[in-house]
Amino acid sequence: MRSIINYLKEIFGTVRALLKGMGVTGYYFVHPREIVTQQYPENRATLKMFDRFKGEVVMPHDENNEHHCTACGICEMNCPNGSIEIISKIQLTPEGKKKKVIAKHIYHLGMCTFCNLCIKTCPSNAIIMEQTFEHAVFNRAKLTKVLNQPGSKLSKGDKK
Amino acid sequence: MKFNIYDLSSFTSSINQTLMENCSPFWAVTIEMVLVGIAILSFYAIVGLYLVYAERKVCAFMQCRVGPNRVGPYGFFQTIADLIKLLMKELIPIKNADKFLFNLAPFIVIIASFMALAAIPFAKGLHAIDFNIGIFYVMAVTSIGVIGILLAGWSSNNKYSLIGAMRSGAQIVSYELSVGLSLVTIVILSGSLQLSTIVEAQRDGWFLFTGHIPALIAFLVFLVAATAETNRGPFDLAEAESELTAGFHTEYSGIKFAFFFLAEYMNMFIVASIAATMFLGGWMPLHVGGWEAFNNIMDFVPPFFWYIGKTAVVIFIMMWFKWTFPRLRIDQLLTLEWKYLLPINLVNIIIMSFVVLMGWHF
Amino acid sequence: MTEETITGQLEEQEFSINMGPQHPSTHGVLRMILKLKGETVEEVKPQLGYIHRGIEKMCEKLTYAQTIHLTDRLDYMSAHILNEAVCLTVENALEVEIPEHIQYIRTIMDELNRIASHQLWWSAFGMDLGALTTFFYGLRDREKILDIFEETCGARLLLSYNVPGGLMFDIHPNFQKRVKEFITYFRKKLPEYDALLTGNPILQARTKGVGMLTREQAIAYGVSGPSGRGSGFSCDVRKHQPYSAYSKVGFKEILYNEGDSFARYKVRMDEMWESMSIIEQLIDNIPEGNHAVKMKAIIKLPAGEYYQRVEAARGEFGVFVVSDGNKMPYRMKFRSPNFSNLAAINTMASGQKIADLIAIGGSLDFVIPDMDR
Repeated sequence: MRSIINYLKEIFGTVRALLKGMGVTGYYFVHPREIVTQQYPENRATLKMFDRFKGEVVMPHDENNEHHCTACGICEMNCPNGSIEIISKIQLTPEGKKKKVIAKHIYHLGMCTFCNLCIKTCPSNAIIMEQTFEHAVFNRAKLTKVLNQPGSKLSKGDKK
Repeated sequence: MKFNIYDLSSFTSSINQTLMENCSPFWAVTIEMVLVGIAILSFYAIVGLYLVYAERKVCAFMQCRVGPNRVGPYGFFQTIADLIKLLMKELIPIKNADKFLFNLAPFIVIIASFMALAAIPFAKGLHAIDFNIGIFYVMAVTSIGVIGILLAGWSSNNKYSLIGAMRSGAQIVSYELSVGLSLVTIVILSGSLQLSTIVEAQRDGWFLFTGHIPALIAFLVFLVAATAETNRGPFDLAEAESELTAGFHTEYSGIKFAFFFLAEYMNMFIVASIAATMFLGGWMPLHVGGWEAFNNIMDFVPPFFWYIGKTAVVIFIMMWFKWTFPRLRIDQLLTLEWKYLLPINLVNIIIMSFVVLMGWHF
Repeated sequence: MTEETITGQLEEQEFSINMGPQHPSTHGVLRMILKLKGETVEEVKPQLGYIHRGIEKMCEKLTYAQTIHLTDRLDYMSAHILNEAVCLTVENALEVEIPEHIQYIRTIMDELNRIASHQLWWSAFGMDLGALTTFFYGLRDREKILDIFEETCGARLLLSYNVPGGLMFDIHPNFQKRVKEFITYFRKKLPEYDALLTGNPILQARTKGVGMLTREQAIAYGVSGPSGRGSGFSCDVRKHQPYSAYSKVGFKEILYNEGDSFARYKVRMDEMWESMSIIEQLIDNIPEGNHAVKMKAIIKLPAGEYYQRVEAARGEFGVFVVSDGNKMPYRMKFRSPNFSNLAAINTMASGQKIADLIAIGGSLDFVIPDMDR
């Protein structure tokens, strides 16, 4: 007799536990407010990344097309993947001194792991992380970017 | 010709009469068969597609998602787009597969589910064949499907498929018993195997209510066993994607895969219709003995919608099972059947016979 | 068909089957060669090497600061903890005093990372067993932690937030508020996990008594972390060899003695509660301070050998550095928890069903890139 009671108890206990689980899924079924899906391409206008989000490395230029990069090459040295290449040239200053300036700051987005070491070590804060995230392109070559704009030059002003 | 939405038998018999008057009985029957075939085929396709859509939406809402929402409003045409994709996909030939059986298997599965639809009463008079052994026929026909699954697993020449097929075989052989016995419980109550009679007998109250406790137990057992018979979660061991990648249909692609997929959903629809017919009164509106006004209001809803609504409720419960529970292991699956469902069912039949003999049902 | 099978008699025979490298429940590119007798698993032979990237060798050509971003890519689910292991090695070798401000933040981040990792494990474990809905609930809640990470570290998964001598940035002004919000939120959601999966009789039937691993076997194989603690092996590095701020908080080491898959499941579930209590103890008391200690631009470790172990989400993670006084390590070896945990799978799974193998694999919580490195 006891075994039959235990048998029935087991069945009812099981059914109760199963119903409890169904209660959870049932709750969400009747509460569409709990839906967390983001409708991505539609919410593009309102979608804002956090200001520290590491999207891609950029070199900010001011209104006079001037940047802060001194072509020191520390970012290139610190990059673990070789995503940054610095091509510098020697320019004569008006005083007649020779000075190294940046010719091309090449950034391979496809190789970057967003470790932030280049930005952390840059002595003149010339590069920053941009919050863009739509990096898909049809051609891999487009992932190689030149960060300094053509015709830009070193800013005379203070470091940022 | 008067079209009565509440009683379609006048509609069907008028078609029959017109045909009989205009051509010989042989051609009349042939034309009728073709008409019924086309009607069921299109019904099959539409229901199959929209069950897939419904399942995706139901599970999405349970999982805090929105589900398909890109093709058409609320993703309403998503499954149609999927079907077109599946139709255009390449049918990959398998090396060392048993070509004939490999191609035959999906057809067996889909034909089995297609044949079962013939005996289901959709509404008053909307009934392809009214067998006097209707429920027996439906059960017999639906269990043919497992042959297709076994063949698919065997002929694919894939070990995962074979394991899946063997699991499915063991599962269906066991659960067929529970499905049958729980339906027998209702047959005892109704005293008939004919589906139209069974539905008529529920005019004053569905069997789930008139048969009270034994009918309720039979209904619950049927729900579990039917879920297992259709190879749906938590009993989807035959395809168990986390164990056997996709089980018996691992090697199938394109439209052959679609056949398996569609048949799975149609099997769910068929067992839900059987549950609705046997326990919930089929197309019969909800009647409560003595409440004339209430009964009249209920009669305003056409029988076909009653039928669809009840089936949808059962289908929803089965989806709810699938999206809540983890999968059982094969030995636990058999334990559940042989140690729990079968004894419960046998005892339940005795209780039901007793109730019927003593006239304790409503 | 071979000659033997055409004898006309029904014969039983073993057959072998390849599970992976592409399989839904190996959680990556792990290949297991199973010897089966029907549904019963006779032997499991894990085969590694499909995602070997040579990270240890790569580290020999990178400076210490640069190696950190590679440790992200071992056990990506506990990236912060692994980063911290390298930083602690370097800091201990140089005998740098790390201020409490940094220690507290590191510990909070560790525990957040542990919760996130266990949430993903819970999701994937449910999915392995066929309960697909768990996956979405787990990931939904994990998203909240990833948002906290993104706001402070700028990345969601591969954080690279530690640098030798401190942190990449100071915490975001919203950090404390968000963490507290998350804890209130998650304390409500965890009972839901229990209702959905822990209390489920099917789950209990699938996991109880499945994949037994005794305490002795766990120690012999070096199974650590929650998997080891499910066998009653007290192996919590946070307790036995406290680092960062773990010596300043009170917490319990979760131990279960059953040694089956359900015990390992329970350990992880309880650890989420414990991690939340650790965070609560620290979050309001973060002392003021600078986010990084001034270090030399080029870090050189004095010649010698250094070892540091930490408790990652899956077990004990160790970093062994041999330095020849250069700016790059002479040799860098990682002791990864998953590799040792995987070693025990044959003992646990042989004699069980295929479905049990999946449950055991799920309860060990594999991250394949951590095994292969």
